Amino acid sequence: MLELIIVSTLNGVLYGMLLFLMASGLTLIFSMMGVLNFAHASFYMLGAFFGYQLSRALGFWPALLIAPVLVGAIGAAVERYGLRTVHRHGHVAELLFTFGLAFVIEEVVQMLWGRLPVDYRVPPTLDFTAFTIFSTNYPAYKLFELLTAIAIFAVLLLVLTRTRAGLIIQAALTHPDMVAMLGHNVPRVFMLAFGVGTGLAAVAGVIAGPALVTQSNMAGLLGPILFVVVVVGGLGSLAGAFAASLLIGLVQTFAVAMNVSLADLLALFGARLAPDAFFAEITQVTVAQIAPIMPYLLLVLILIFRPRGLFGTRET
Amino acid sequence: MTVQALEIEALHKNFGRVPIIRGVDLAIAAGERHAVIGPNGAGKSTLFHLISGRFAPSSGHIRLHGADITGHAPYEINRRGLARSFQVTNIFPRLSVFENVRCAAMWAMGYRTSLWRAVDGLADLTARTEEVLEQINLIDRRDLPAGVLSYAEQRALEIGITIVGGGDVVLLDEPTAGMSRSETEHAVALIRKVTEGRTLVMVEHDMGVVFDLADRISVLVYGQIIASDTPERVRANPAVQEAYLGTAVAAPS
Amino acid sequence: MSAVAQTGVRRTGRGGALAGVWVVAAALFAVLPYVFSSGTGLTTMSLMAIMIIFALSYNMLLGQTGMLSFGHAVYYGLGGFLVVHAMNGITAAHLPVPLAVLPLVGGVAGLVFGVIFGSVSTRRGGTAFAMISLGLGELVGASALILRDFFGGEDGITTNRTKLLHVAGFNFGPQLQVYYLIAFWCLVCMMAMYALTRTPFGRICNAVRDNPERAAFIGYNTQSVRFIAFCLAGLFAGIAGGLTAINFEIMNAANVGAAPSGIVLLMTYIGGVGNFAGPVIGAVLITFLQVMLSDATEIWQLYLGILFIVMVSFAPGGIAGLIAMHAPVWRARLLHRLVPAYALALALGLVTFAGAALALEMAYRLSAGSEGGTAFRFLHVPLDAASAAPWSLAVLLAVPGFVAFRRVLPIVGNAWAATLAEARRGRGR
Repeated sequence: MLELIIVSTLNGVLYGMLLFLMASGLTLIFSMMGVLNFAHASFYMLGAFFGYQLSRALGFWPALLIAPVLVGAIGAAVERYGLRTVHRHGHVAELLFTFGLAFVIEEVVQMLWGRLPVDYRVPPTLDFTAFTIFSTNYPAYKLFELLTAIAIFAVLLLVLTRTRAGLIIQAALTHPDMVAMLGHNVPRVFMLAFGVGTGLAAVAGVIAGPALVTQSNMAGLLGPILFVVVVVGGLGSLAGAFAASLLIGLVQTFAVAMNVSLADLLALFGARLAPDAFFAEITQVTVAQIAPIMPYLLLVLILIFRPRGLFGTRET
Repeated sequence: MTVQALEIEALHKNFGRVPIIRGVDLAIAAGERHAVIGPNGAGKSTLFHLISGRFAPSSGHIRLHGADITGHAPYEINRRGLARSFQVTNIFPRLSVFENVRCAAMWAMGYRTSLWRAVDGLADLTARTEEVLEQINLIDRRDLPAGVLSYAEQRALEIGITIVGGGDVVLLDEPTAGMSRSETEHAVALIRKVTEGRTLVMVEHDMGVVFDLADRISVLVYGQIIASDTPERVRANPAVQEAYLGTAVAAPS
Repeated sequence: MSAVAQTGVRRTGRGGALAGVWVVAAALFAVLPYVFSSGTGLTTMSLMAIMIIFALSYNMLLGQTGMLSFGHAVYYGLGGFLVVHAMNGITAAHLPVPLAVLPLVGGVAGLVFGVIFGSVSTRRGGTAFAMISLGLGELVGASALILRDFFGGEDGITTNRTKLLHVAGFNFGPQLQVYYLIAFWCLVCMMAMYALTRTPFGRICNAVRDNPERAAFIGYNTQSVRFIAFCLAGLFAGIAGGLTAINFEIMNAANVGAAPSGIVLLMTYIGGVGNFAGPVIGAVLITFLQVMLSDATEIWQLYLGILFIVMVSFAPGGIAGLIAMHAPVWRARLLHRLVPAYALALALGLVTFAGAALALEMAYRLSAGSEGGTAFRFLHVPLDAASAAPWSLAVLLAVPGFVAFRRVLPIVGNAWAATLAEARRGRGR
């Protein structure tokens, strides 16, 4: 039991930190530009596929550096040549644009790499067991992912709290209209924010790719969870995104490990349902089976009890 | 004692730790035309937002015809008979001018969100809308999208949307802001006409308009009302003169 | 300006003209099977009619009330599933219920789920609503894979439409009979949804779309306006889902998933959200492309996505918006003035597109996704993606074509401005 708790906590924190790598960029872009980037998870997917392709040609470590830069450049170009045109039509048009972009990126990835998973492997230098808890071997690669995510988190925190650029971004988070009045080159700031945000998502993609499955549906699987994170955390709140990332990471990881169902719970109280009763199917679903829908259940609960999200201040 | 149209009691509003409204008491009788004046940043618009339900007060009470409306939602307050305009034009830009006014009349005329009546067939609704369009002088513009009207026309439409619903307490937030002299004169005549028989509360910077229209004036300075009286007495009030540093108040005759 | 065309007040004589439109629509529905009598023609038209209902129901949210939903297939899919189960239940119990009324079951299901999920999601508008609709869509989509008894997993649940009570000799075996059933429901739903836009409720939806804050200060609870619109959109989506179930005699988990939610958004937007006819145009066009392009190319969804992005960027009013934009020029009989500029731009646009499409098709042949080798046919010409010649051709078409197209755009713009100005002057006289 203790083993399960420790391993699940480690995995949950890891998953949560990866979510936050993406949610932070998403929040940054949303707060500064008012655009909720529907294609954010698509840039994560591009990161994974670029990482895969580059690591085959150059090895994992160069790929880890180059892929995010490339993806960030694509992100900046999308802002410069796409979003900026749509901006005058309003936020709904911007959201629709990024929705179309997500659609196109998925199709392009399918076109270039096919629908089947690609063989993106853990680099040999990290392919060993870091430590053993009770009987579970914890792979070094997961530890590396966790440390990378934490390192980036630390750098982000430093940049945001200790540098001039960070202060401007913080001002933009709380008073989005003020950015324009600060006399900065706003289009350029937007382009950079979009580039950095998508680049961060790509880092998550490069390091998560070998551990998870690198496949053309990975954006479609992760994207909605990402939006749950930002809504649950409160739109535009970095602290909220952090809390919600960890919360969802932990909830989902623990759920996977729990093999009990409502029927088991009912049995504890001596109740037993005929297996062919109308609602029997629902009671026989185990917690592990509903792990994929846990984030969405959480979303519904938050909406009922705290519509603004955990740390949210804005209504829209 | 008769019930006041609008009654405000010990009203406070803080934004974070910053107090904006610091204890306002005000009573406005039915049929009165009341102006709220004061220097920039005194809290006039905030006061309107509190009365109309856009913000909830930190403490205090607001009563409309004796009924407590403190902290109610804007639509509830509107349904109880309070209508307001906005300092920054706040219309439905993609709807036609006619549709703007008609939408604003629908709830009050009992059609609400009816799903089974053809809106074009409602003769009384159309008649009322056209009547107001005549009053605000936009009948020729009726089929244009409101977003393409000139500034002065949009201000007139703003007033039309506010008064068409038959709210008997009307709040106008700087109805003549940004208008030329002739436009202002026109607007004053319009306001006088359309608020006939109603209670009017207005925020206004143009002292000509204020002294022209108002039966009584309240002076709001730094979140408190320092005087509330007839125009003549307000003008003579030393505290008011001090607040304005002797500038604006003395101007009109 | 398309919004004005839709919301502007027209006076006397409208009723007659409107009735005329519906008569023409009914006649079209009746005659079309004789024009396109092939099997593909019938199934395509059936699908189009279903999609018209689905897209119009979606536009009650996006175009009418300003609510961007990423999960509208929930109500469509659940409506379909309940109709499948209802059909199987009715067949098993030998109840005397004719097939023709079954879409109502879908409608009620869509309405009920609209009430349930709407009460959670319509509390907030704007971006938050969009994200919540996505979350609910995923919730139901993922649940559909878990609850295998009800949703049948990836295989789905099948039914047989011919086993229900036969009325007046219709057994709904032949596709033609199913087509007429769908066409009937399509016409009824179109009329109902159009009528709704002409009610006080329909008008206040537009007001809430334009300026929710102001709507609150004229006495409307924007939350409940959004909620009612959401429930009604669910109702009509459910009817569309029910017709899908009858048409295909199968529903599977993918029907409640992200794909149909995305497609309905694409078709509605490409058709045009500011005009009642927009979603109808979009549904017909996209369904047509789906059927035709999926035969011609493996990567047709990519083209669809690109088309969508182009529309969002340059024609936010959709196809209907573009058409409505030309109405004053048409009325002034000046449309011919635009033909040369448009023809030039169209020709260059097609050249650019041909080059780009050729490059995309060849990239696909060379990639891991393709299974058919590098040889393929482009516009019936056999080519090999592994050779240099077609690549040169693609570049020679696309690059100069695009450069020239960019040069021509100002010419089109000037021609448009001049013609429109003249059309307005003509009307003023």
